[in-house]
Parts: sequence; structure tokens; C-alpha cells
Amino acid sequence: MALRKQHVIDPEICIRCNTCEETCPIGAVTHDDNNYVVDPEKCNFCMDCIHPCPTGAIDNWRMVERYYTLEEQFSWLELPPETVPAADPAVTGEAGDAEAERLIAEAHAATGGRPVAPRGAPSPVVGLHDRTAPAVARVVGNYRVTAADSDSDVRHIVLDFGATPFPVVEGQSLGVIPPGTGPDGRPRPIRLYSISSPRDGEKPGSPRLVALTVKRVVARRPDGSLHRGLCSNWLCDLERGAEVPVVGPFGTTFLLTDDPAADIVMICTGTGSAPFRAFTERRRRTMRHAPGRLYLFFGARTPEELPYFGPLQKVPRDLLHRELVYSRRPDRPREYVQDRMRLRGGLLAGLLRRPATHVYVCGVRGMEAGVEAAFAEIARSHGLGPWEALRARMVAEGRYHVETW
Amino acid sequence: MTMTESIHVDYTTRIPNNVGLAEDARVRRALERWHPGYLDWWMERGPDGFQQALVYLRTAVSVDPRGWAVFDFVRMPEYKWGILLAPKMEGRTIPFGRHRGEPAWQEVPGEYRAMLRRLIVIQGDTEPASVEQQRHLGKTAPSLYDLRNLFQVNVEEGRHLWAMVYLLFKYFGRDGRDEAEELLRRQSGSQDAPRMLGAFNEETPDWLSFFMFTFFTDRDGKMQLEALAQSGFDPLSRTCRFMLTEEAHHMFVGETGVGRIIERTCRAMREAGVDDPTDVERVRRLGVIDLPLVQKKMNLHFSLTLDLFGSEISTNAANAFEAGLKGRFREVKIDDDHRLEHDTYPVPRVIDGEIRIEEVPALTALNCRLRDDYIRDCQGGVNRWNRIIRKYGYDFELRLPHPGFHRKIGEFRGHHVSPEGELLSAEEWMRRRGAWLPDADDQAFVEELMATPEYRPGHYARWIAPPKSGIDNKPGDFEYVKLHP
Repeated sequence: MALRKQHVIDPEICIRCNTCEETCPIGAVTHDDNNYVVDPEKCNFCMDCIHPCPTGAIDNWRMVERYYTLEEQFSWLELPPETVPAADPAVTGEAGDAEAERLIAEAHAATGGRPVAPRGAPSPVVGLHDRTAPAVARVVGNYRVTAADSDSDVRHIVLDFGATPFPVVEGQSLGVIPPGTGPDGRPRPIRLYSISSPRDGEKPGSPRLVALTVKRVVARRPDGSLHRGLCSNWLCDLERGAEVPVVGPFGTTFLLTDDPAADIVMICTGTGSAPFRAFTERRRRTMRHAPGRLYLFFGARTPEELPYFGPLQKVPRDLLHRELVYSRRPDRPREYVQDRMRLRGGLLAGLLRRPATHVYVCGVRGMEAGVEAAFAEIARSHGLGPWEALRARMVAEGRYHVETW
Repeated sequence: MTMTESIHVDYTTRIPNNVGLAEDARVRRALERWHPGYLDWWMERGPDGFQQALVYLRTAVSVDPRGWAVFDFVRMPEYKWGILLAPKMEGRTIPFGRHRGEPAWQEVPGEYRAMLRRLIVIQGDTEPASVEQQRHLGKTAPSLYDLRNLFQVNVEEGRHLWAMVYLLFKYFGRDGRDEAEELLRRQSGSQDAPRMLGAFNEETPDWLSFFMFTFFTDRDGKMQLEALAQSGFDPLSRTCRFMLTEEAHHMFVGETGVGRIIERTCRAMREAGVDDPTDVERVRRLGVIDLPLVQKKMNLHFSLTLDLFGSEISTNAANAFEAGLKGRFREVKIDDDHRLEHDTYPVPRVIDGEIRIEEVPALTALNCRLRDDYIRDCQGGVNRWNRIIRKYGYDFELRLPHPGFHRKIGEFRGHHVSPEGELLSAEEWMRRRGAWLPDADDQAFVEELMATPEYRPGHYARWIAPPKSGIDNKPGDFEYVKLHP
């Protein structure tokens, strides 16, 4: 029988202040004279109750074959022992799922230290759905976000999870299980995609609508034949109403801090922009006049191949400072993100000096080398000391994040 | 929700707020004029000797569940005291009283102006009072963790004062301005201008008292806020709802503080082979607080706090309920007509030399009802303390005293009642009160025990156990307060 995750409250720490019951938007928390408890049939893991709890008693989870009933929970004097470790990020890493764990570890490999969540980031849910019981989402939107005549076909795909809980926060990923089996007859490995919508959903107040940014992978092999990415082509061709088996959510460190004073530097290429769309939307919707700003360094071959080129023009400049960089514009020298970073060295050095600055790098594997070199040069020429030391400090403080693939 | 009334906090004005202060020049200027006086008050009567320390505090960055607790190091005078209201509920109606079912008021109804102002002023007066009562405690803190918790409580009480002052400025014109000044002028324990309620003029001389105060007296605050959160005057309701989320932390400090003291005492007794927890001399020689003294302090703070509920039978309370201004504890979850015109409520009274339960009109017994809800709420915490004692195998039970014990207000005023609820003569009361309430020797023992602070990260004074987990999931040796940054 598949294990299910149950949200529980530690009765030894809980002080019965009623904050969780008051906070829960769907009435899943209740109490008797002894304990406050979570109704497993109602809780949808929205995590709204986690931050306001003054004791931390609310932040407990169990993997169970059978849910503890309300009556059992009312009778507890302490939490029952864990038979199977729940997907506690401190114990099981970022995914609570071995297959996804490995993919995320690879994606974060270039961080330059053990990734740490930013201070003030929300508590994410991970590993709610796995291969044995994936969530089934329905495609409700599939739009091309690069110019129709460009060579790069990048899609903005909106998934509707309906009544199935799939709570995400900005920066998290999900896994898609491609259809069919591989040549060995086994199920195909999952593919990870960064989520490009904020926690309250593609449209405000619609957390069940989760957006992805997917590039159709088409590459020419050395022998001249075409390689078509199996999962990306399948996703990009899906029509409205099609069903997608999804696992996750995943990721506990590459997250946006909720601190409005934080300056956020986002460096990306191509579909690496997905999490940054979520970051920008979150700030735009909830902290429009936050003292901290967003800075985007975004590279593509041409404006036509830059995902979300049109919508990006409409984001107010006092919210998002942007540097759009192109490497294949006719009659112009090639420019990469690291070149533009050097050009804006003074700006970046100023940001790196501030203790509230968070840097995020996202894109194809290899881009981090250029970014690293640019940062090293900026650190040297602006008297910030050795970049490795600065980076190590920022990583340890949860202020430097890399996700590449 | 409009742009100016959002769940997110505007930091562009000097006073962080989610009430659109930027567009409300009149109220903004009034608050900005009041601000320097507030800061003077904080420097003169706030935490003594720690204004330059960096304290790991939480600050609300928005009032939605995910954003209201962001932790960082701040100097207390630079804490972002702001005006934060819970989100407006569209279509909210008055939940009780003669206006039940009418749309909640967004402005003060003229006929209730004086009554409402008094409710707000009384609530507001308690907030700075407790900061004043606790101002010297930092010098005897048992750990940096506890020091940080004290300061968190203090800055949030300060914010609660701001919350009430905002209502006064916004809705009560000139009278409101005068009342706001008075809130800074009155002073806990002062002969000339004391705070309005008795318990807020008592000292908080030591950390056991502080934990008892946050457990018992801040819980009265919680009950009053719960009752005001039901108010038909919507701005008051929204203010109190957000204050309640902060108040929960204060009760956490109290419940776990006393619990950690009990834990430490029981462990020390076990290690030293003490089988009788009432062997006070022997337990005190271990350098921990004996359980009988914990019981005495409980008796004191519980009884002082019960007086804060006012007279059990009160026409003021009835009027405030009928007017739709102050409801019952979690009014909207009660299954009745919410008018109470024909109901009765059992109230213990002293009649003919004995304590009898009398059914009185429910409307006039609202203070008693809120008090009873409060006692139930306290009992839950006391049960947990007793669980710790049982875990160590001791046959000793902490008990809430009878509501008539040591009372100065209401039905039991002028009577002497034992913790078990027997009526006593004045002579007998005098003879036995030393067994029930802390005396000068007890206080001298506590103050000597706690004379030296423990400021090393990760260390705790010998009379208190470390907490089960850190604030904001921080590790055990986290430096919650940087004393000399």
C-alpha cells in the first residue's frame, strides 16, 4: 500500500493558541480540550498555518499507510514514533524522492557549497506525489512565448490540478512522467521543470493553476538526423484537456525570500527564466513597492527567441531592472550575460556589498562558468576580496543559488 | 480589497502600514507627531540597558499567513512598529447584539462613540504598561534565548499600543489625540498617574513572575482581544484579529517558560534523590525553584488576572454586547441566538455566608462567562505542566485556585476564600495566606537565585531547562541577542 503524507501537530509543544485553526482557510484544523489536530481528509498542504504558529508544533509530518483519525490525534500526549521518515528536507534533502533528489542535486551542483534556503523563504511542501500515486493535472493552456518564426519553440503550459493538492512556492520544480516505457521496458525517467507561476497560481487566487516553461528540444545529431526530446515534444504538443501525470513538488533551497528589503539578482538564459517569472509575479502581486528591487540579466540568441519578450516589456521598471542580452543579432557583436554583467560591474558590486542581496543563476549547464568568471572579475576590480570567499559566505547565508541542467 | 487596503505592508511611509496611510495625510501627520513621544517613552521606560543590542526579532512584512513573520537582527528602537489590520472580509455583518445581521460599521456609530472609545483606551493602556513592568528583567535573563523572547514580547506590546492609537487618531478626532497622549503619560505603578487596571500596576520583579504574567495575564489579553475581534466596529475587529496572532507567542513564552522551570526542578530533584517535592529547604539548596513556590506564584498571578475581567455581573458588559461592540469568546462559533435576551448564566456568588451558584440574566453575566472560558484555557496549560511532573514520577499536582481566591473586584471582593473554595474568616485567612501566596522570604529566594544573568550563547541558568527547539528553527547555540555589536 502506498504511503501517504499526514500533517500532524506535536502536542508536547503546542500551546493551543488557536492561531492555526483561525488561519486555516479551509477549516482543516480543529481541537478538543486536549489537543489541536489536523483533519487528514481536509488538509491540502497549503502551508498557510506554518509561519504563524508561535511554537513550531504545527510543522510535523508523518508518512502513513492509514491516516491517524481525529480521535487518535485527540488522545495523543506526544507524537507517535516515525516508522517511515516523512519528507523532512533536513533528513531527505530537497525532494523526498530518490529519483527527483538525484536530478535536483545535479542541477544544484554548481552552487559552490551545500545549498541553503534563503532567510525568510516560505516553508515548501516536497514529495507530496510520487510515481506510485502521481497527481494528474489537466492542460488548460499551451501558448508559444517565442516569436512564431523563430527557431526556438518555447511554450507556456498551464496545468490545472483541480481538487488535487499541489502547493508550490516560487522557485520549486515538478516532475513530469513521460508516457510509455523505455527501450528496456521500464517506465521512463521523470523530467524536472521549474514552475513559472507564483504560489497563488497562474492567476491570483488560483493555486490549482500551475505554469511551466517548456522548450521543445530539437537537435541535430552528428550524423545529420534530428533528435527530438521525448518529454518536451510530448508536452509542447498537448492540447487543452490533455492529462499529465505529475510528481512533486520538489526543491527546498532555490526559493524566493519573502523579505521585501531583499534585492534579487536573477541571471538566466532561455527557459531558465521560468522561476524568475514566478519571482517577479510574486513581487508584483504582493510587494509592488517593496524597498528591495529585482534585477534580471537574461540572455537569448535573439529577441525573437527570448521567452516572454512581450510580457516582459510591460513589467514596471521600478519593480524590475532588466538587462536583455543577445548573442546572435545580425550585424551586432555577440553578447552573453557575463559580458553584460561586466558592463554593469559597478551596479553588481554595489549589490554584492549589501547583506540583503540574493543571487540566483538558472539556465543551461555551462552558463555558470561564464557567470562565475564575471563575478570573480567584478569582485576583484571593486575590492570585494576573493570571489570564492564571498560566494561561500553568500551560499552559507542562503543568498547564492544555482540551478542548471 | 482596494489598493490602499491590502494585505501587504507599505514601507514607503515612515510608519509601515497596510491601511493606506500614504493617502491619509491627516492621520499620518497625527501619528508622525505622536511618534517622537512614543520613542521617548520607549527609551525611558522600555527595556533598560539593551537599546543598542541587536536582537533576533520577527517583523511582519504582510498580514497574510506566509509573510507576517520575517526574522532578522534589529535594534529595538529601530523596530518597525506599524499599523497592521487583518484583511477586510467583504460583506461582514455584526455578529451579535441588537444590530445582529446589519453590515459591520466602517465608521464609529455616533451613539456608541463614548463606549467604544473607552473599550479601546482600556485595551490600549495595558500594552505599554506591561513593557514598563518588565523593563528591568533583561539584567537577570537566564539565557539569550529568553532575553530575545522578552524583547519580542516587549516590541509587540509596543506595536499593540500603536494599533490602538491608530484607531484613536483615525476615528475619534480631538478626543482620540488626547487619549493617545494620556497612554504615554500614565505609568505602571505611579502614584499620580497609574495605569488603569490593577494588575498592570504590580511589579514583574523576576523571571518566574514574567513567565506567570505572560501565561496568565497575557491570556486575559487574548480573551479580551478575542471578544473585541467580534466587534461590529470593523476596524477594531480587524486590528484585534491581527494582534491575536502576535499574542499567541506571548503565551508560548509563558507556558514553556514555566514548563522549563518545572522540568529543571524535577530533574534536579531526581538527580539528588529527593523524593518529597514539598521538602522546600532541600529543593532550594539544589539551586532550583520548588514546586510549592510555583504553585504560590500561580495563585498570585491567576487571582490578580481574574480581577481584570471586571465584576462578574456587569451592566457595562451587557451594554457593550447589546450595542454590538464587544462579543463573547469566539462568538461566531457559539450556537445560539447571539442576543441573549432570554438566557441565563450560572454565576458563583457569596450569599448568606456561603458560595452559591445563581442563575442570572446571561447578558449581565458576560464578564463571568469570559472568565470561565479563560479558566478553561488556563487549565489546558496547567495540565501540560502536571504532565512534566508525572513524567518524573512525582505525586504533586499544580492546581488553579478557586475563582474566589484572593479577589479584589467583583462578587468575592471583601470575602476570604481558600484555594479550595472555602469561605474563611479574616483571622484564618491571615494565618494561612503564607501557605498560598509568595511571601518576602520566597521573593528574596527567587531574586537571589536569579541575580546573575546568563548571556553566553547556548547556556542556561541552572534553574531552567533549555527549550525543546529554537526560535525560527535556530540551533541551540544561536546568539539570539548580540549585546555589544
